[in-house]
Parts: sequence; C-alpha cells; structure tokens
Amino acid sequence: MKIAISSRGKDLDSPIDPRFGRAPYLIIVDTDSLEFEAVDNGANMNAFKGAGIQAAAAVSKKGAKALLTGHCGPKAFQALEAAQIKVANDVSGTVRDAVAAYNEGNVSFSDNPNTDAHW
Amino acid sequence: MIISVASGKGGTGKTTIATNLACSYEGSVQFLDCDVEEPNAHLFIRPDIHDVETIRTPVPEVDMEKCTLCGKCSEICQFNAIAVLGETVLPFPELCHSCGGCMAVCPEKAITETGRELGIIERGSRKGMAFIHGKLRIGEAMAPPLIRKVRENIRPDVLTIIDAPPGTSCPVIASMKGADFVLLVTEPTPFGLYDLKLALGAVKLLGIPCGLVINRSDIGDDHVRAYAEAEKVPVLMEITFARKIAEAYSRGEMPVETDDHWKAMFRELYSRIAAIVQTPIEKTG
Ligand code: SF4
Ligand code: SF4
Repeated sequence: MKIAISSRGKDLDSPIDPRFGRAPYLIIVDTDSLEFEAVDNGANMNAFKGAGIQAAAAVSKKGAKALLTGHCGPKAFQALEAAQIKVANDVSGTVRDAVAAYNEGNVSFSDNPNTDAHW
Repeated sequence: MIISVASGKGGTGKTTIATNLACSYEGSVQFLDCDVEEPNAHLFIRPDIHDVETIRTPVPEVDMEKCTLCGKCSEICQFNAIAVLGETVLPFPELCHSCGGCMAVCPEKAITETGRELGIIERGSRKGMAFIHGKLRIGEAMAPPLIRKVRENIRPDVLTIIDAPPGTSCPVIASMKGADFVLLVTEPTPFGLYDLKLALGAVKLLGIPCGLVINRSDIGDDHVRAYAEAEKVPVLMEITFARKIAEAYSRGEMPVETDDHWKAMFRELYSRIAAIVQTPIEKTG
C-alpha cells in the first residue's frame, strides 16, 4: 500500500516536516517494497491559503491511502477525509522511521485536525 | 466627494472623528460604515434603520453525477478553493472568491452556483443624513466583497464619509480605494506611530491625498508630529478627549450637535480637507 509522508528532503532518510501543507516534499512510499517517489510541494509552500488542500489533492492523486505528518489543519483534514485518506499527526523522526512505525502498527490515526486554520 | 476615515489600529477614536465630521456637515451627506467585522458607528449615530438586505456571494456546487474528475476546475482556481480528492470534487466556500472560473472551464457543466451568505447591509437615516453599514456574518472571513456592496450605495452628488476598518489589510484597502481623501486618525504614542507608518504606506500606494488627525494630543510624545512633517502629511486637527464629549454620547447625542466649539472644529476640518482635494494633486513620494 502507498502512504504519504511530509518531508524536508527528497529521500527516505530526510527528516519529517511537521507542516503538511507547507512541507517542501511529500514522499509517497510503498510500504512493502519501500519504493518511493518525492513529490515537489514547493509551489504550495508559498501559497497564501489552501496549501493543505492542494497537498491533499496531490497525495490523493498519487494514490496514497494514509498520510503521516506532524500537523494537519482543518481544511486539509477535511480534504483528506473526502479523499478517504487516513491521517496520523504527531509523527516525527525520518521518513524511514515513519514507514517502519507504520508497518509495525505504531502510528495512531486521528479523527481530528490538530492545528487551527492559520496555514 | 468621498472621504475615507482610517487608522492603523483600533481604538484611536476613528469612529468618533468620522461620525462627527459627517454630522457637522451642512448639506447632503451620507455615512458608510465599512468596518463590517465590527461596525459601531450606528452606536454613535443611532440611525433609524428602514431597510435590511442579505448579501450573498456565489460559490460553486459540483454535481458528481456529471463530473468526470478531470481537474480543470481546480487547475484554474487561484485560491485553492476547489480540489479533486479521490472520487469527489470538494469546494471550499470559505476560500472562494466567486470569480466563476471553475464554472466557466468545466467541460461537463457539472458546476453550478449556490449562494453563501456574506452578511447583511442595513440602510437608514438620521436627521437627513443617510446611513449605510454592513455586518459580516459571524465566522465569515471574506470582508472585501461585502464592503464593495456597502460602497455600491455611494451617491456621487453628496458628501460621503466612509468609516474604514482599522488595520492595513484587504478590507481597509477596499474601504479606501476610490476615495478622494483619506483622513488618518492616530495617537501620539509609539504604537500610534508604528501603525500610522503602515497605514500611510497603503494610502501612498493608492495615490490618494491624505491628512492626519491626532487624537488624545495631550498624551504621548512628538514623534508622530515629526514623522508627519517629514512625510509632508498635513496635521489637520488635534483633539483631546473632553469630558463633555463622553457626556454627550451617554445622552445619545452627537457632540457636534450640542457643542458649538466642537462643531466649529469639525467644520474647519472639513474645509481643510476640501481645500486639499480641490487643489491639483502634487505627488509626494
Ligand atoms: S469561483 Fe473562482 S475562486 Fe471560487 S472555486 Fe471557482 S475558480 Fe475558485
Ligand atoms: S472541471 Fe467539472 S468535470 Fe472537471 S473535475 Fe471539475 S467539476 Fe469535475
């Protein structure tokens, strides 16, 4: 299954970027093979508003079924929900750590956004 | 003539200045309160409201029966207000600027417009003065379209006084744009100066002549005056908050209606503004 992780860099050893909408990259990883793709989220980083919505659309387009990130605002959350993508907030470490945690069942998915609408 | 009364921050007495300026004018005048997030001029003017209008703005609604998830709507949207998410297209009305772009590009004609309530406009009068204000719906973030609706009421043949919202963001620009004069109200304090600089920057960008009223001129320091002089912004009036004013308000009266001294001051203020507006504009900066 494919999952998405907000990241500062382009590979599995990059640190997770806690801000979903404004992370420079979204890493789309296949949880079985660890094959991955880095989606450039740079255009969104500077978006005035709605960055999280665009990031959610990008994740959805890539076919990811879950998102691991630090913070996810209400609009992004609403968008991910509409796309039936599960969201885990408060994930930290590297992208690789996050995938491992996911595979071990150590991430908890949330029912609520965890930041206010200031992105 | 349109005079916008603005200030870099709240609590500078902007509404007091705007309302008294309007009430002291001998002739046809209309008052527009464009501080739609927190309109309060009516508390001073106490108009009789005779007309209420609900203002809506069009936002897209998607018929998923027709939609093919092609994504054209979200591509054209400058505001990230509509997104293709899995098997659905989700509009975000709070971000939508009602440009109609998505509807125009949708090849399947799957998008129709529905109205989102922005707020209301109330029209009234007091002693021959026309009064109009807008009230933004609680939770609504899009003030500028409602402000533009309030401004559609401007009659070119009479003096129009606009009470602009405090600050320097889009709603303020929407309230100052197209005015013949911007009257900036400030306090002679460091905060007042800081906010004045921001407000003046916005006014200069718009290229509108402006002048200053220094309120509570009995407190603070001289930095605001020095700054005004350096920027060649005329100080048109300085006032202190007299006890009499507070008393007039508590009786539901406008100070200019009960105090001849105040009335004279505000009429002088108006004459000065009129004199500046009527002289050909010298661009400064
Ligand atoms: S009307 Fe304009 S701003 Fe609103 S969703 Fe459509 S394209 Fe975006
Ligand atoms: S443009 Fe029309 S058909 Fe295409 S995704 Fe948007 S709503 Fe659907």
